[in-house]
Amino acid sequence: MYVAVKGGERAIENAHRLLAHERRGDCDVPELSLAQISGQLSLGVDRIMTEGSLYDRELAALALKQARGDMIEAIFLIRAFRATLPRFGATEPVDTGQMRVRRRISSTFKDIPGGQILGPTFDYTHRLLDPRLAEGSEPEAPATAEASAATMPRVTDILGRDGLIEPSPQVDADSAVGDLTREPLSFPADRDLRLQNLARADEGFLLALGYSTQRGYGRSHPFAGEIRLGEVEVEFMAEDVGFAVPLGAVTLTECQMVNQFKGSATEAPCFTRGYGLAFGQSERKTMSMALVDRSLRARELGEEIIAPAQDEEFVMSHSDNVQATGFVEHLKLPHYVDFQSELGLLRKLRKEFSEAATDTAAPMQEAAE
Amino acid sequence: MTVAGDNGKQAQRKAAMAVLAHADAAEIARRLDPIALPPFENLREPENGLVMLRGRIGGDGAPFNLGEATVSRAAVRLATGEVGFGYVLGRDRQKAQMIALCDALVQSNEFSQAVEESVLTPLRTVLVAERDRRAAETAATRVDFYTMVRGEG
Repeated sequence: MYVAVKGGERAIENAHRLLAHERRGDCDVPELSLAQISGQLSLGVDRIMTEGSLYDRELAALALKQARGDMIEAIFLIRAFRATLPRFGATEPVDTGQMRVRRRISSTFKDIPGGQILGPTFDYTHRLLDPRLAEGSEPEAPATAEASAATMPRVTDILGRDGLIEPSPQVDADSAVGDLTREPLSFPADRDLRLQNLARADEGFLLALGYSTQRGYGRSHPFAGEIRLGEVEVEFMAEDVGFAVPLGAVTLTECQMVNQFKGSATEAPCFTRGYGLAFGQSERKTMSMALVDRSLRARELGEEIIAPAQDEEFVMSHSDNVQATGFVEHLKLPHYVDFQSELGLLRKLRKEFSEAATDTAAPMQEAAE
Repeated sequence: MTVAGDNGKQAQRKAAMAVLAHADAAEIARRLDPIALPPFENLREPENGLVMLRGRIGGDGAPFNLGEATVSRAAVRLATGEVGFGYVLGRDRQKAQMIALCDALVQSNEFSQAVEESVLTPLRTVLVAERDRRAAETAATRVDFYTMVRGEG
């Protein structure tokens, strides 16, 4: 027999009404606009775009507002939205070498062509709370200097010229690119699928895994070869137009990790690589991603798989915070019937236990008499 | 038209799209305003959709899917037959339609010069100025290393 229980519609409706009221906060305080969120909480918006896997600043700002600042709820909203639109196709792969760089640093070479460019960074701030921000203040205008026309090659390209670092893997132009939004994951997974998974993975999860590799759980001896932030032009090969159409630019962060070298009897030793790429200014994310990308190459590089960060099934199955929160949070939904059956079983077991205890206690009593 | 002419026209259309994609819809509309536009029809009603953005492993290797982006697209046909397309990041359908219209005008012998002068040139100037400003602000954060020498020779 199956008994359906209904009810709670009015409570749910009123709960959502109350939620809307709480979301708004004190009505004497001006309401946040999406432009304010996008402009002033920009790194939060970047994270929602990256993990929501949808580049649209305005929608990410709306999601953050609707989610009352809860990042994972906002990411969930974005993922749900993307399912409502048709996909026209895939863009041409972006060329990060042609990025209009706003920040570019290397921890491996001091003097790199194009120089070390700090850009808008928290690095080297003293991490002291600034009371001027509490009062509202106009920041000083940015300093300016004459921009150099020199190109900024990737640090890995410079190392690659001398064969000191492994080249990036190449494929034929018409090879299929793995897409985990279209086909369910299966293992072992190729690097294109792994990078797609890591790109949308939870930043905190990747940060902890990356950190674990540094602490010795699958050590890979990394250097931040280069981190760059800036705008990259996107082109889309539109069949109806007949050529690759410029769509505009996106802001991306890229991290190239340079890792411990590897050689064999037939190949000279060279550095290996880990790669991170994300929407917006997402430096911690891309660094963590690059560390985990490298540790997940253990199989390919013939390294012993001993740590969680090297286990692709473990990493890829637990990296998505929308999936993770769905399964964790579903525990709070009604499980009344499941629990009733467990409770019935437990009562039966306890009854059997106490009956067995009485049976064994009785003969002992007799013996004592 | 020769093959070289076709390529030249295609490069011109692409260059126009590259400028228009970065401009505000309102700004494009304002620049189009003085031009006595020819009648046109929608070949494809402006619509929203997604594209999958691709990166490359290591920046220069095999492609992988990074994540999606919202896009808008439209197509128009001028009464004189030119067909224009508009594809642009974001959800502004009207902007896609105006890009499509500009693309059609760029292909028209009658209007291409007017579009270049009234729309593309001023928008390009704004775009270049904005890029130069950012580049100058960025350049000021470039590190100048110097070496401190201690002791004698």
